[in-house]
Amino acid sequence: MAANNFRHALFCAFITLIISYPIIGFNLEAQGINVTLTGADASTIVMVLLAALIVFLFQMFREQIMGGLKSIPHPLPQSNKEPMAENRRAKIESWVLTGIVIFALFWPFLVSRGSVDLATLVLIYIMLALGLNVVVGLAGLLDLGYVAFYAVGAYTFALLSQYTGISFWLALPIGALLAALFGLVLGFPVLRLRGDYLAIVTLGFGEIIRILLNNWTTLTGGPNGIGGIPDPTLFGMEFGRRVKEEGNTSFHETFGIAYSGEHKVIFLYLIALVLAVFTALVIRRFMRMPVGRAWEALREDEIAARSLGLSRTAVKLSAFTIGAFFAGFAGTVFASKQGFISPESFVFLESAIILAIVVLGGMGSQIGVVLAAIAVTILPELAREFSEYRMLIFGAAMVLMMVWRPQGLMPMRRIHIELKRQE
Amino acid sequence: MLVLEDVHTHYGKIEALHGVSVEVKKGEIVSLIGANGAGKTTLLMTVCGNPQASSGRIFLEGREITREPTAQIMRSGIAIVPEGRRIFSGLTVEENLHMGGFFNTKTEIRKSQEHVYELFPRLKEREHQRAGTMSGGEQQMLAIGRALMSRPEMIILDEPSLGLAPLIIKQIFEIIGQLREEGITVFLVEQNAHQALNLADRGYVLETGKIRLHDTGKNLLENPDVQNAYLGG
Repeated sequence: MAANNFRHALFCAFITLIISYPIIGFNLEAQGINVTLTGADASTIVMVLLAALIVFLFQMFREQIMGGLKSIPHPLPQSNKEPMAENRRAKIESWVLTGIVIFALFWPFLVSRGSVDLATLVLIYIMLALGLNVVVGLAGLLDLGYVAFYAVGAYTFALLSQYTGISFWLALPIGALLAALFGLVLGFPVLRLRGDYLAIVTLGFGEIIRILLNNWTTLTGGPNGIGGIPDPTLFGMEFGRRVKEEGNTSFHETFGIAYSGEHKVIFLYLIALVLAVFTALVIRRFMRMPVGRAWEALREDEIAARSLGLSRTAVKLSAFTIGAFFAGFAGTVFASKQGFISPESFVFLESAIILAIVVLGGMGSQIGVVLAAIAVTILPELAREFSEYRMLIFGAAMVLMMVWRPQGLMPMRRIHIELKRQE
Repeated sequence: MLVLEDVHTHYGKIEALHGVSVEVKKGEIVSLIGANGAGKTTLLMTVCGNPQASSGRIFLEGREITREPTAQIMRSGIAIVPEGRRIFSGLTVEENLHMGGFFNTKTEIRKSQEHVYELFPRLKEREHQRAGTMSGGEQQMLAIGRALMSRPEMIILDEPSLGLAPLIIKQIFEIIGQLREEGITVFLVEQNAHQALNLADRGYVLETGKIRLHDTGKNLLENPDVQNAYLGG
């Protein structure tokens, strides 16, 4: 056992060395038109050796370390206590949630423009994650190409505004419906697939959309993307310094206040907030409706669900369509926020991050997913001062999270009471 | 009630049922016995339209259902308790039952739920527990209860005694007898031939995809061939 451990640890350390030495140890430097390769200085080599040593020690004493991790007390000790009475908890929960939403309404007026901008991004991710939660968390269909529907929403708005000058408010339902249509179209070929196979097909679908956007240069502008996407207006009032479209007035002139770039940012934030709350409420409604229970039944046992007369086609397609619809929503808001979109925003990594949010939050749990969306979006920003190591920190945080709480931040709750045995 | 006429079923190129004819009359308990791999489950799945019969005809209350989709068949007064129970283990007992009455109104669901709890008081005790945390016997009761939620006129049971303790099996068979009293037609598929035939009005013996014998339950129990092959001499 010990010898086996030692060999394994040695091997891991060796791998660490041969991977990290070329990456960190060699520098390519441009001197004029020549590129020269310079070796690393002594301190870097020491660091690489040190890293290999750490890997060696960790692998050597892996069991002890992981055992130690387990003995760390449970981060949420309440989870072992008896649940509160259901109706009382529901009441408290709805009050707290209403409070948070009201606070979120006034919050942007107190903080910096950068924070509001970031918060808008968080809200977009919340919408995406809530939508994917329907597909993955509730219906149990592993979708790795979810970003495709996000792209459809964003490009719908971008293209329609470029070619027809459509406004944000009109584009919002169109983008969402078109994304939903794509969800339906993707749904048909994957009806019979489950698990890994489904994941691969959806992955392929996501890539098809991205590559199509990238290469259909005449329509989408290809890698150059589409710019000049208009901002949302408030009853015909624009938020720019000057009015771009005839017939519109500008916000600051109408209200007789000085122009400030912040107005637009805050307005976008508020739109995203309203839409995110709308998304959450609608999906919550769906979850309590028969169709929500049908999604869960299909996730639990497909054969049993069919034996009860549920139509696999209808249940799966509804999950895909509704999930895609909200991705389209998020995409439209994203396009409007950025003002410029390109296929680069819709790479596979985005799908993976949204999926990570759903898993981290606890599959099927709305509050969990919202918390995870906040954490996953803000964490890399907070870690920005660590520059190139921030993704490393981000990754490490995810690994630790899954070790400690594999069921997610706030797993989906089910009224679940252990009976005390009556002797 | 349920009639199968010369039904053939294929899995790809392999024929699993070679022309099976079975009839279940209203109010009867009919047992289908057979060894592993005889095609018992295939026969039931064919009735449910998954897979569909490649030839022959199936009638439910005079209506041909041979080519109907599974979802539609399962909504027309027939319910199945699938092999291996297949309850929704992450859902609570109550939620499982509600899934069984998916296409019924709320009042109907409440009524059938009470009825199921009368039949299986154990389920009432476990109402809010996750179904997967219950014992095998309780899960089987839940599977039967879930099937009853749609108020079917006919219930098909695929090996309800599978993997259960003798005492529990006895209970389950008592319940099946009780269902007949309530006027529900029962089609029972079992390897536990003795108990299945004891309870049944009529029985069929399926061997390698063909019906070998067909008689009353009592006669089959006394039949020396059946005794040799299925009742351990």
